[in-house]
Amino acid sequence: MRAEHFCGECGHVQPAEPTDFFSFFGLPRKLQLDESALEREFYTLSRKLHPDVYSRASAREQAWSLEKTSQLNDAYRTLKDAISRTEYLLQLEGIQLGEQSKTATEQARASGVEKRQTVPAELLEESFELNMLLEEAKMGDVDNNLRSQLIATRAGLTARLKTMQDELYAAWKQWDGGDSKATALMVDVLNRRGYLRNLVRDIDAVLK
Amino acid sequence: MADDRVVGIDLGTTNSLVAYMGSGPSLAHPDAPGKSVFILPGEDGSNLVPSVVALDRNNHMLVGNAAREVLLTSPERAVYSVKRLMGRGVDDVREELKLFPFHLAEDLMPGEVLRIHLGERTYTPPEISAQILRQLKRNAERFFGAPVKQAVITVPAYFNDAQRQATKDAGRIAGLEVLRLVNEPTAASLAYGLDRKQNGTIAVYDFGGGTFDVSILKLKDGIFEVIATNGDTHLGGDDIDNLLIAVAVQDIAGDLGVDVRQHPEVVQQLRNAVIDAKIALSSRESAEIELELPEGKLYQRTITREMFEQMVQPIVERTLGPCRKALKDADLTVEQVDEVVLVGGSTRIPLVRRKVEELFARKAHTELNPDEVVALGAAVQANILAGGSAETQDMLLLDVTPLSLGIEALGGVTAKIIHRNSTIPASATEHFTTGVEGQVSVAIHVLQGERELAKDCRSLARFDLKGIPPMPAGFPRIEVRFLIDANGILHVSAREQRSGKEAEIKVQPSYGLTDEQVENMILDSYDNAEQDMIDRQLIEARNEAETILTALLKGRRNEAWAQLSASEQGKVDELESKLRRDMETTDYLGIRESIDELNEATMHLAELMMDAAVGGALRGKNMETTDVGEGPEAPHPIGKAEFS
Repeated sequence: MRAEHFCGECGHVQPAEPTDFFSFFGLPRKLQLDESALEREFYTLSRKLHPDVYSRASAREQAWSLEKTSQLNDAYRTLKDAISRTEYLLQLEGIQLGEQSKTATEQARASGVEKRQTVPAELLEESFELNMLLEEAKMGDVDNNLRSQLIATRAGLTARLKTMQDELYAAWKQWDGGDSKATALMVDVLNRRGYLRNLVRDIDAVLK
Repeated sequence: MADDRVVGIDLGTTNSLVAYMGSGPSLAHPDAPGKSVFILPGEDGSNLVPSVVALDRNNHMLVGNAAREVLLTSPERAVYSVKRLMGRGVDDVREELKLFPFHLAEDLMPGEVLRIHLGERTYTPPEISAQILRQLKRNAERFFGAPVKQAVITVPAYFNDAQRQATKDAGRIAGLEVLRLVNEPTAASLAYGLDRKQNGTIAVYDFGGGTFDVSILKLKDGIFEVIATNGDTHLGGDDIDNLLIAVAVQDIAGDLGVDVRQHPEVVQQLRNAVIDAKIALSSRESAEIELELPEGKLYQRTITREMFEQMVQPIVERTLGPCRKALKDADLTVEQVDEVVLVGGSTRIPLVRRKVEELFARKAHTELNPDEVVALGAAVQANILAGGSAETQDMLLLDVTPLSLGIEALGGVTAKIIHRNSTIPASATEHFTTGVEGQVSVAIHVLQGERELAKDCRSLARFDLKGIPPMPAGFPRIEVRFLIDANGILHVSAREQRSGKEAEIKVQPSYGLTDEQVENMILDSYDNAEQDMIDRQLIEARNEAETILTALLKGRRNEAWAQLSASEQGKVDELESKLRRDMETTDYLGIRESIDELNEATMHLAELMMDAAVGGALRGKNMETTDVGEGPEAPHPIGKAEFS
């Protein structure tokens, strides 16, 4: 069910109602999404809702346009990115996100709660070795040997991130096909992905 | 309709401009025939109004070229580059003050809006900027012959909330309704996009007098969508000037044993000399700096372009980091950028062009005047807001917030709630609760910036959520909504959800003026406007008197003078002396009265002169059918002069 954005009579902007981002665009809660169609819809709605269009309208319509456009922008920003779209859907489904997710990190930070660090089992050994390398790098100069080890590790991690993306797409397919158990898979992928990305970031910080 | 005109204003660090987009024959612009968007020149015919404000000996505000003269002779009575101080606190500008001769008020408290000494009074940066805006408003009104009340004003893309708010305040103080603040590089892209509508990815490199911005945009069927922006609000041509001055000051101390810093007016002359040299070096291989020093000493120096480039290279290099960051944020490689546009006076420097073209591996666009393109773009946006025209009906600008918005969380860390490069308007909703039994207020600290720790970010505002009903700790659920509007300015609202009560928010901007202060300044400016008006009337009356006296002088030498009766001649003599006496006073009404009387008394003389002139030129023709023209062109030698 698509949210009502305009008056059926005059075509002008209507007040913003609380709505989820999928409904805002009249989309079902599915994850495989035609991103270029979403972009077209974003542009079409922007042309009609943007404050520029209402700069000479009444204060009431200006306020509605501002609210609606911020909703539109927030919705588009969330849905156009594969990861944030997945996280958002999981949230809507009331599913606790993994500790490593972006959202969980921000939330932990805002509430001041210490984050639990859970290392994914498959990465235990690798992450242990990497942490040794990183410790070494922090102690002193990064010599060529250490540098090439870090670069090699980084390449391995990046390749694994790519595989995870494919895992995520597979989980999307399941979810879109009506399999609600796919959410557990997605949480798992996002969690491992978040952890990996942090490792890559740590390497980049040293290599810089 | 005429009162609905919306102008576009580029309020620059060094120069400011006002532009308009419209059509119709009355707007045909001599310099750009057929162009629908153009700069509105000042009274002196110049498109650029130097962003300098000064007080003359009679404590009248001067703006632009006139103020620049004062800067050279009495620097303490002038302010320039005030844009660098907008929205900033005393702690922010310490470094700045070493290089700029700003005289801050002595009693400033940390966190207070700055005040600068100018003559006997102190002024906040928005008040100084308002003087520049008022001059631009006057220029536009002079051009149209009608009041101008609404404007779009540009700001550096990388301006934070406080700097934007300060700019908006300046507009209000100047009597302008600011319909929109537009980011400078984005405005430039609109000006370029007007000419050739095509799709693709463009990078705008905007290196101005005091600020540097880079924006990456996606153009699609008239939508200008900013993907990423980056910059440095304290990096510009000013920095190049300051470096050259510093080098010269050392040079002079070493060679001639003179400490120039003891002579502010010499420093100002030196500033002008290095700026001239810098400009010359954009088209020549070497330039001379010559400066007269106290005690009759003379400083002379030749700078080659090579020396210049070596000196300024580090400054130019500082612009490349933000470019790379913007590309990274946009998730684009250099190859994916289709076009690069250069904006801002500092992009005239050949080294700057070389570095940019090197980085982006392509030739950059410089077709539009880099000093004017931002103002032209602002006029395009003004046209869109005013309801558009055939040329702009498909155009829509989607800009982003340059800096992340966050709140201070436990332990002094920043929790980001709206990320940088989010399309605006953008919003975020956060929930807060209490930590103590019966707690009735919660303090929130809003920040802007990318750093992890709150102390390293820009403090935007601190506010208390008040009126929370007393409840057990952790029980209240306060929903706070942060909304960044299309100007990039933050709005906050809050609600306690369990009681449904609107929580009261008092947002105290960390470095801003309160609404009340702005209102007072508006009143202030009205008071001054009245004095300005009187001064203007007097100047105009005296000018008019000069004109009629000059015309009378001519009349006396004309043969028609002899045809007047002795009593007519006596009356004219008497009224002429009276007018000359009145001109010595400041009573403009008295001057006008004497002008009218003299006009009346010379009517017969004017008629005789006209008859002679027309009779001589058009012998045999009937006066009635002769077009003698109108206004100042008409052959009334002693008519009322026209003043705009």
